[in-house]
Amino acid sequence: MADLSCNFVGIKSPNPFWLASAPPTDKYYNVVRAFEAGWGGVVWKTLGLDPHVVNVSSRYGAVQWNGQRIAGLNNIELITDRPLAVNLAEIRQVKREWPDRAMIVSLMVPCDEESWKYILPMVEDTGADAVELNFGCPHGMSERGMGSAVGQVPEYVEMVARWVKQHSRLPCIVKLTPNISDIRSSARGAFRGGADAVSLINTINSITSVDLDLMAPTPTVDGKGTHGGYCGPAVKPIALSMVSEIARDKETPGIPISGIGGIGTWRDAAEFMALGAGSVQVCTAAMHYGFRIVEDMISGLSSWMDQKGYARLDDFVGKAVPNVTDWKFLNLKYDIKALINQDLCIKCGLCHIACEDTAHQAITASKNGQRYFEVIDDECVGCNLCMHVCPVDQCITMTRVDDGEFGDWTTHPNNPMRAVV
Amino acid sequence: MARKQLADVAAGRLSVQQLDKNYSDVAPPLDRQRALIEAQRCHYCYDAPCTTACPTGIDIASFIRSITTDNLRGAAETILDANIFGGICARVCPTEILCEGACVRNGPEEKPVEISALQRYATDWVFDDDVQLFERGQRTGKRIAVVGAGPAGLACAHALARQGHDVVVFEAREKSGGLNEYGIAAYKVPGFAEREVEWLLSIGGIEIRHGQTLGHNLRLDELRGEYHAVFLGVGLAAVNALGLAGESFTGVRNAVDFIAELRQTADLSTLPIGRRVVVIGGGNTAIDAAVQSKKLGAESVTLVYRRGPESMSATVVEQAFAQTEGVHVVHFAQPRRLLDEQGTVSGVEFEHTALDAAGKLVGSGEYFSLAADTVLKAIGQVLLVEGAVKAGDQLALNQGRIRVDEHFATSLPGVWAGGDCVGGKVDLTVQAVEDGKRAARAIHAAISKQA
Repeated sequence: MADLSCNFVGIKSPNPFWLASAPPTDKYYNVVRAFEAGWGGVVWKTLGLDPHVVNVSSRYGAVQWNGQRIAGLNNIELITDRPLAVNLAEIRQVKREWPDRAMIVSLMVPCDEESWKYILPMVEDTGADAVELNFGCPHGMSERGMGSAVGQVPEYVEMVARWVKQHSRLPCIVKLTPNISDIRSSARGAFRGGADAVSLINTINSITSVDLDLMAPTPTVDGKGTHGGYCGPAVKPIALSMVSEIARDKETPGIPISGIGGIGTWRDAAEFMALGAGSVQVCTAAMHYGFRIVEDMISGLSSWMDQKGYARLDDFVGKAVPNVTDWKFLNLKYDIKALINQDLCIKCGLCHIACEDTAHQAITASKNGQRYFEVIDDECVGCNLCMHVCPVDQCITMTRVDDGEFGDWTTHPNNPMRAVV
Repeated sequence: MARKQLADVAAGRLSVQQLDKNYSDVAPPLDRQRALIEAQRCHYCYDAPCTTACPTGIDIASFIRSITTDNLRGAAETILDANIFGGICARVCPTEILCEGACVRNGPEEKPVEISALQRYATDWVFDDDVQLFERGQRTGKRIAVVGAGPAGLACAHALARQGHDVVVFEAREKSGGLNEYGIAAYKVPGFAEREVEWLLSIGGIEIRHGQTLGHNLRLDELRGEYHAVFLGVGLAAVNALGLAGESFTGVRNAVDFIAELRQTADLSTLPIGRRVVVIGGGNTAIDAAVQSKKLGAESVTLVYRRGPESMSATVVEQAFAQTEGVHVVHFAQPRRLLDEQGTVSGVEFEHTALDAAGKLVGSGEYFSLAADTVLKAIGQVLLVEGAVKAGDQLALNQGRIRVDEHFATSLPGVWAGGDCVGGKVDLTVQAVEDGKRAARAIHAAISKQA
């Protein structure tokens, strides 16, 4: 049995699956249910200074895609709308009752040292394991100079991280906003400020959809809408890329990363961890299906690790990072061709029309007057499109046909900037 | 109800409530949620096999995609433009041998997309809301006579009306619709056939004259003289006989007459049916007659077919349906004698049959009898030659049906024909619609050339 126990900058949890700071971690009741279900830790929903914020009714918008009810979820909810003291008391109680679980407290206060200096000791006093600085939310709070308004300025990130480290002994995780042109700049700010780790991604600025009857963006609040934070399965590829960028950034060497963004299964988690995440945080999937999803995440990750011979998380965390490279270092002599398994082919023609209309005219539609789909190797560039559109698993596979040589763009004759050998 | 040993034929074997239940929609419509789930199963095949398999060539993948985007108008237009009887076809087509039989999902999953249910979902609203999707073209002043208000005739009439021609439809029976109205099991189309025809006619430019029978009060030579073109969609009005003595015994009926009577009976509790029913035949008419007998309350219904299940023209799905409904199906037995007591049928004597080495059906010399209060004959319909052919002009025939070329032109100039009366591929509503549609195209082309 693989050991799933996790030690992330000194924050210990029985598994790497934490619930992200969000409605599921808003109060004692939810968090206890989460721990009962098996979650390794929680990041408590963001605390702010009193008077507490108020929220609107109608808070979430969802993208449905081809039968998937929540392919992406957007929210316009703000930070906790309960008094600070209530949250602190409940955090203390949960931590006392569940000492083996990670308790990280998310914070968002105005961008001045006094505010941070004020709230940090109170959090520390609850017995929480760490704080996470919410520099990410793109909606609402950013209009008040908090959330992503801070996260989008690397200097502010650095400054606040430094205050937090000065005024608290707790590990400090900085949660990064993806609503920035280069995520590495804010990670570097956090790193310079002495933060212990970064977590990413926070939600992506978004409008879920437009109600064409109301002529208003959704979720609609009495006829109006506003941009909100987008998350869920749809954002995972963006998050993976951003995690990998930080994992391989030489200016933030070894900075621990807590991965967030569309994680709903053990496989999603393993992918984030392979790209360098030491723990992962989940929200949308739990909001979609309930806390019970963690059971399969635990057993699935454990089985996969056993199968691969990974005894503990560190055995595979970051293992894919060296294979993330720049385009210019990709082997231009690598050559693959699509191969259609005629026994599996159901003759839907999707590979043909995709290739014919939008790619390389490399798949036939008929042979001897019959429906027949076959790759014309001379025309196939190995783009994978047919494989992706094919509805039958393993019907179209890509086969390597080159002779194993290597040659990348840096030395390619067409590259005017090529290195002269 | 006490059982009688002879002529146990009675109405009201079941309660009105039970009859209502038995004759309610056999395949209820999908709601939006179910329709979306099913529509999303469609792979949106390129040059889709389902479309190729549809006699009317409905672009099925496209209409299903329209369902997924809530574009029901677009979906309905796609369907009804190709097949103006798309509503009834969604209910009666043997899709297992047509579109759904060709669905690529039959491969890995053995579960095709439910195309007929989706087609019904996409079109029901059109008839419910009485939405006119098609416009009548500018009046051309050309007049066309259509004989027969069945699927072929009305499809032809509608297509011609869209082109702006004036159409007069001559129909022998009281109601329009042909087999849709008189020849299909009631539970497949409850209340629908009439509504569909009303909708179809609402395009305008089509006049229907009932009680007009070719060869009786209608002459083909006169129609040819009075109209720019004539389309014959007269169907198969005659019924094959068993060729046995006693076919006129009380209690022996043609299945088509029984089905027609049932379809025209408002209160089914007034319709008599035998306690023991024997149906002879292996087609959809036999199945419809047998199942409806059972649903009327017959105690036992036995469907006897002289060959094996694979030779039945009723599809495997229809056969299974009949069996599920409690019909006992007997294969490889042919009727030899109708039994009676003083002119009232009491049963049928059958001979077991088998295929010999050459594949020819032969009697085994072994006999058995089934007691029967009602015997329904369903061994096929044929062209009523007196009506269709000897109606003033001589139409050439081909294998007992009206001979037509690839444009549905008959041997007589200015006369086209389609549907069951010409035969060809399959005797189905959907094929009749396609014939009518194509004939209309040919007629339009021909009369547009005339001055």
